[in-house]
Amino acid sequence: MANLRSDLGRVRGLGSAKEGVHHWWAQRVTAIALIPLSLWFVAGIVFLIDVDRATAVQWLGSPVTLGLMSLFLIALIYHAVLGLQVVIEDYIHTKATKLVLLLLIQFAGFALAATGIIAMLLITIYGG
Amino acid sequence: MASHPRPISPHLQIYRPQLTSMTSILHRITGVFLSIGLLVLIYWLVAAATSAEAFDQAQSIAGSIIGRTLLFLWTSAFFYHLLNGIRHLAWDAGWGFELTAAYRSGWTVLIGAVLLTLVAWAFGYWARGGL
Repeated sequence: MANLRSDLGRVRGLGSAKEGVHHWWAQRVTAIALIPLSLWFVAGIVFLIDVDRATAVQWLGSPVTLGLMSLFLIALIYHAVLGLQVVIEDYIHTKATKLVLLLLIQFAGFALAATGIIAMLLITIYGG
Repeated sequence: MASHPRPISPHLQIYRPQLTSMTSILHRITGVFLSIGLLVLIYWLVAAATSAEAFDQAQSIAGSIIGRTLLFLWTSAFFYHLLNGIRHLAWDAGWGFELTAAYRSGWTVLIGAVLLTLVAWAFGYWARGGL
């Protein structure tokens, strides 16, 4: 089959999406990271059903939990923002609404990650 | 360029629902639903960092009937999204594209998600010593 792409298009490596494979790749990298991290999170959280704060803080406040929870939150939020971005791009066709929603999930993603990690730091440093 | 009324593909509801299309849209739905759960997780962590009262309130919301129902739905959405995500990663690697393989992996994901959800909840209730 004849190649329908222009030489310039081939050199730039960009299709109609006007970007490379970064979004696709980042979605996969975070997905792979989330397989062990999310299983660790669910396994840990199962033991915190119905417990009081002192018991929860015992687990949440360990440096290992702080590290893994931070990695989990970063990978999870990055993955969620990328996924929500595609959903918005696919279903919202009003330009202004789309732009506002895309900005909103980006800002919300950073804000939620910062909030979660600060909360974890406070728990680790100050305990119960 | 002049815009002509161009032929468009048949609308979604024309197609017969199939396992492959259903597992695909379910991946999106569970992904969006899990993103909402993220807000609850952050609230729960902030409550744990704040005070015993704030944390007790968060725990009692989670323990209510609505709370437990949502947590159960989030658990099943999580296991579905996890297993179907692994299925997608296998496709990305070039494995399992044959129709029979796609159907087999689709059913495996659905049944696996149900089983893992039940195991996780049975374990959760066992860990806290009953209902």
